[in-house]
Amino acid sequence: MRDFNSLQMINITNIHKTYVTGTNKLHVLKGIDLKVEAGEMISVMGASGSGKSTLLNILGILDNHDHGEYLLSGIKIEDLNERKAAQLRNKYLGFVFQSFNLVSFKNAAENVALPLYYQNIKRKKRNLIAMEYLDRMGLKEWAHHLPNELSGGQKQRVAIARALIAKPKVILADEPTGALDSVTSQEVMDILTDINRNENITMLIVTHELDIAKRTQKTIRITDGLITEIVKN
Amino acid sequence: MFSIDRWQEIYLTIRKNKLRTFLTGFAVAWGIFMLIILLGSGNGLENGVKEQFKGGAMNGIWISSGVTSVQYKGLKTGREIKFTDQDYKLIKNSIKGYDHISARLFLGSVLVSNKNEYGSFFVSPSHPDYGYIKEIQVLQGRFLNQIDIRECRKVAAIGEKVKTELFKGRDTVALEKYINIKGVPFKVIGIFRDFGRDDNEQKRIYIPITTAQKVFYTSNVINQISFTTGNASPEEADVMLKKAKMTLSRSHTFSPDDPRAIDIMNKSEDVRRFNALFAGIRMFIWIIGIGTIIAGIVGVSNIMMISVKERTKEIGIRKTLGATPASIIGLVMQEAILITGFAGYIGLVLGVGLLELISKNMPPSDFFRNPEANFTIAIGATILLIIAGAFAGFFPAMKAAAIRPIEALREE
Repeated sequence: MRDFNSLQMINITNIHKTYVTGTNKLHVLKGIDLKVEAGEMISVMGASGSGKSTLLNILGILDNHDHGEYLLSGIKIEDLNERKAAQLRNKYLGFVFQSFNLVSFKNAAENVALPLYYQNIKRKKRNLIAMEYLDRMGLKEWAHHLPNELSGGQKQRVAIARALIAKPKVILADEPTGALDSVTSQEVMDILTDINRNENITMLIVTHELDIAKRTQKTIRITDGLITEIVKN
Repeated sequence: MFSIDRWQEIYLTIRKNKLRTFLTGFAVAWGIFMLIILLGSGNGLENGVKEQFKGGAMNGIWISSGVTSVQYKGLKTGREIKFTDQDYKLIKNSIKGYDHISARLFLGSVLVSNKNEYGSFFVSPSHPDYGYIKEIQVLQGRFLNQIDIRECRKVAAIGEKVKTELFKGRDTVALEKYINIKGVPFKVIGIFRDFGRDDNEQKRIYIPITTAQKVFYTSNVINQISFTTGNASPEEADVMLKKAKMTLSRSHTFSPDDPRAIDIMNKSEDVRRFNALFAGIRMFIWIIGIGTIIAGIVGVSNIMMISVKERTKEIGIRKTLGATPASIIGLVMQEAILITGFAGYIGLVLGVGLLELISKNMPPSDFFRNPEANFTIAIGATILLIIAGAFAGFFPAMKAAAIRPIEALREE
């Protein structure tokens, strides 16, 4: 019999987040409840300012929540120091961003290997693994190119390889196709779907494109800091 | 912490910003260069002045008899004070802590001959200890000894120049030969070198004081008493000098405050005064030098600050991928230390090189010789550099560590 929590990769209850800038208080998340099971692939939609990015940051342990409870793979995420947060991110989470966020002066292979550097894995081994992942993305020939020598789709594939290399449990993608044309967008989604299916990695994709959302198992709509709709695709 | 990867990261950033790194490094190199040049010149000045002090123990005190200038106990001024053997014994017994003591008789310039060679030299009858007090170096044979004193031997230790002037041509061996001083034959027992700067100090002849008193009929008169203060502190040396002064004042009935009754040369006092002066100069140099270096450090710090700002996104990415704050701090500080350390080292080498060049090619003058930056200075400068680098990197590093990934990644 498996532990109840181990089935649930992400379990958040009544999450609140308020940004305070000077005298202004912005209540962005107003009590979010969300359970994502291991191996699920879900999309998050919502208008800009609805709080979807904030939710993603909290799930990514890049930001703290004010109230509520967040369990990531059964681990309670609360009042972590930066060191601990960094280690958890490294071990459990992979990130894919709209603007790729590759380090501009590092070539593709070095970018992919970066998470392993922070696991103190030896350089040779690191590069070997990075090449393996780049190969899977069909980018072996581009391993020694700098990001600005790659197309948008290639950059995003490098970013996905980087997100995968540390074997995370969850991949958080913030508008992964936002900067790509529709053909490339579909290619990227193919890759993400494959990874989800073949490696059973939980995936959470923030998007505002319906056809992208449609390719996930479940779409969650956020309006004004609250989940207003959950649709099975 | 000091993995090859870290260095590679730093190398990459530096390579990306060559001019910026060069300009920053130049400020630091210049600071260290100036510090080394200043300290070296300070040392040159000090060496020059120290040269002036040579030819006599640094802790030596010389007391010569003079003429009274203050009325004392009903005695009028203008009395000539005459030291005798008795004074020498009194002082020897009254002061504690001296390590060498000698009396001297002034015979002045005397005609001395070796066969047909004649010369006028300062003949200085003294005790064997005077060799130590004057810090002369015996080149051949020996200096005076106690047996010479006890038996009133007619022996003489002669200066290098005396030897070269009296022993010329085929007759170059001076040792064991007899020279004629005021018509009395003295056997040469040693040849010495005096480090004093005055040429006359090389043209001296030392003979046992007891012999001189006998053969030149000066009875028990002496002209000068000198002693070295051993390991005494400046305060203890002062006490010894005061004691000697009181002893003489009592036995010759002159005011202890009379500045002319006796003439005192206190080398340790002079040395102390110059040491204080040079300590001041050195401190001044360090202040200026450190000021210059601080300007360089502020430069490095500033550049690192800009670098951190420029790399906000990169640091954000690194943090997202699992970089701990400590690893970010390490990255920035290591870069700062590398730049300051490397640039500073170049400044150090150039500074020392220039000093060597000056030292080799400039003839030593009275007040400036051998400018040098010694090992201690180099070590000190190196430590200073590392601390400086750490300082330069500290604030930018803290700034980098405080970067929030979300904000960094939002930036385009």
